Amino acid sequence: MSTIIMTTISLSIISAAFAFLLTLADRTIGDYGEVKLVINHEKEYIVKGGDSLLSTLRNEKVFIPSACGGKGSCGYCKVQVLEGGGPILATELPFMSQEDLEKNIRLSCQLKVKEDIKIQIPEELFNVREYDGLVESIIDLTDVIKMLRIRLPEGEEINFKPGQYVQLKAPIYEGSTEEVYRAYSIASSPLSKDYIDLVIGYVPQGIATTYVHFHLREGDTVNINGPYGDFYYQDNEREMIMVAVGTGVAPILSILRYMKEMNIKRKARFYFGARTTKDLFMPDFFRELEDSLYDFKFIPCLSREPADSGWDGFRGRVNNAIDQFLEDGENKEAYLCGSEAMINSVVEALKKKGISEDLIYYDKF
Amino acid sequence: MEISPWVILFASIFTNNMILSNFLGMCSFIAVSREIPTAFGLGQAVTIVLAITSIFNYLLYHYVLLPLGLEYLRFIVFIICIAASVQLLEMIIERFLPNLYYALGIFLPLITVNCAIFGVSLFMIIREYSFLQSLAFAVGSGIGWTLAIVALAGIRQKLKNAPIPKGLEGPGITLIITGLMAIAFIGFSGIVQIQ
Repeated sequence: MSTIIMTTISLSIISAAFAFLLTLADRTIGDYGEVKLVINHEKEYIVKGGDSLLSTLRNEKVFIPSACGGKGSCGYCKVQVLEGGGPILATELPFMSQEDLEKNIRLSCQLKVKEDIKIQIPEELFNVREYDGLVESIIDLTDVIKMLRIRLPEGEEINFKPGQYVQLKAPIYEGSTEEVYRAYSIASSPLSKDYIDLVIGYVPQGIATTYVHFHLREGDTVNINGPYGDFYYQDNEREMIMVAVGTGVAPILSILRYMKEMNIKRKARFYFGARTTKDLFMPDFFRELEDSLYDFKFIPCLSREPADSGWDGFRGRVNNAIDQFLEDGENKEAYLCGSEAMINSVVEALKKKGISEDLIYYDKF
Repeated sequence: MEISPWVILFASIFTNNMILSNFLGMCSFIAVSREIPTAFGLGQAVTIVLAITSIFNYLLYHYVLLPLGLEYLRFIVFIICIAASVQLLEMIIERFLPNLYYALGIFLPLITVNCAIFGVSLFMIIREYSFLQSLAFAVGSGIGWTLAIVALAGIRQKLKNAPIPKGLEGPGITLIITGLMAIAFIGFSGIVQIQ
């Protein structure tokens, strides 16, 4: 018994000693003092050195889009560095094209601010704001997908293009020891600026999705920032082909609501991929749009529906549906949102029909 | 043990090479041996970390664990010590030798899980080395590891132009080469032995 106690105590003391040493080192060696951060040649900030550029900017309320929350795995948080910041790191190289390297584009989550630094970011990122919204309702769309309505604080509004996304902060909760930010597309219409809808699926072990599905309650406050993204509705006359699976339906919902409210007269087809009828959410909403929109067809595609279920719609994957229903690609553009595998196969199918790649817009996740 | 530290230094480079006779530290040996410069960078980092952790671990073992009768904790304590010193070393290099820091990049934290580091700390205890002997053993092992990985990187660079059967590309042929190198290093074994 005394051996066990002795072992535990000595091990704790040794670990504590090392932890103390490292903390001390972090305070002394890791302290880079105050450095000057200049954004777009005009805005100057005096910041504490030693942190990543991404979190330094976040502390100054400048939000750079990042889907992975600073782990260096999504490659979204690119920023052009004009001066300072040191050479590019091996962890950034996989995300950089030749052009990026020439312009000294860096991943802001990997770059540590240790000296005065000058950066250039798109002007619209200054429009990105942080909101403490109120969770007004949580609706189950399917067994694993929930729809959240988040009302913004009194007097604040969000200006976004249909298809863009926001980042939601999952705070520290029981079972998760770190704050993470995750990106979710806005499903509500951009014309209603005082609330947003998010469609969030449950991912086993997912930090943010577990938070939303098991810890978040109606009436809670959540922290969001946005809007971000270059996947959004393009204003022109082409016929629209929209393809989405699972929670990828969210940005399409936003686009369709926008088209309805603005009374936009464009031909549109929406392919909704799901496994079974249980995964096909809001079917009545989309069917109703066939009447109320100018020229809209809703094409649900079920890949795993049991043969005896009486389903009379399309059976198969969305790319098979496109092979079958789309006559040709002339004067058409496509909006895709969903998993990488789905997007790759649909892009293939669309290219076969003659739609050029620059008219295919997509959001992979 | 009355072996001169110099003998241990050279023995651990050639006859008792960490990789080629003990097969320790294989993961990074295979993963980071595509180019000579990166291999050399990693080798340097491993040597520095080896020297520092062996000093720390030697002091920790002889002045903390032995007097308290806690020898059985050496595995866990050594690993904690290695992890902490790599962290500390990273901070120091980042602050004072930024060029080296950028050259080593992600290799430095990777070394924490290099079995050769842990192996050296354990061998020096098992073989009852003195402080100087331990230091010579650690530095020698580091140099030996560098020698082996740089040699392998050189061979692999040449190999890019060789027709290799599809199934053997990458780690497969690398393991075969490592085996051949190990056989070649047996040639040194007549010079001196330290086990």
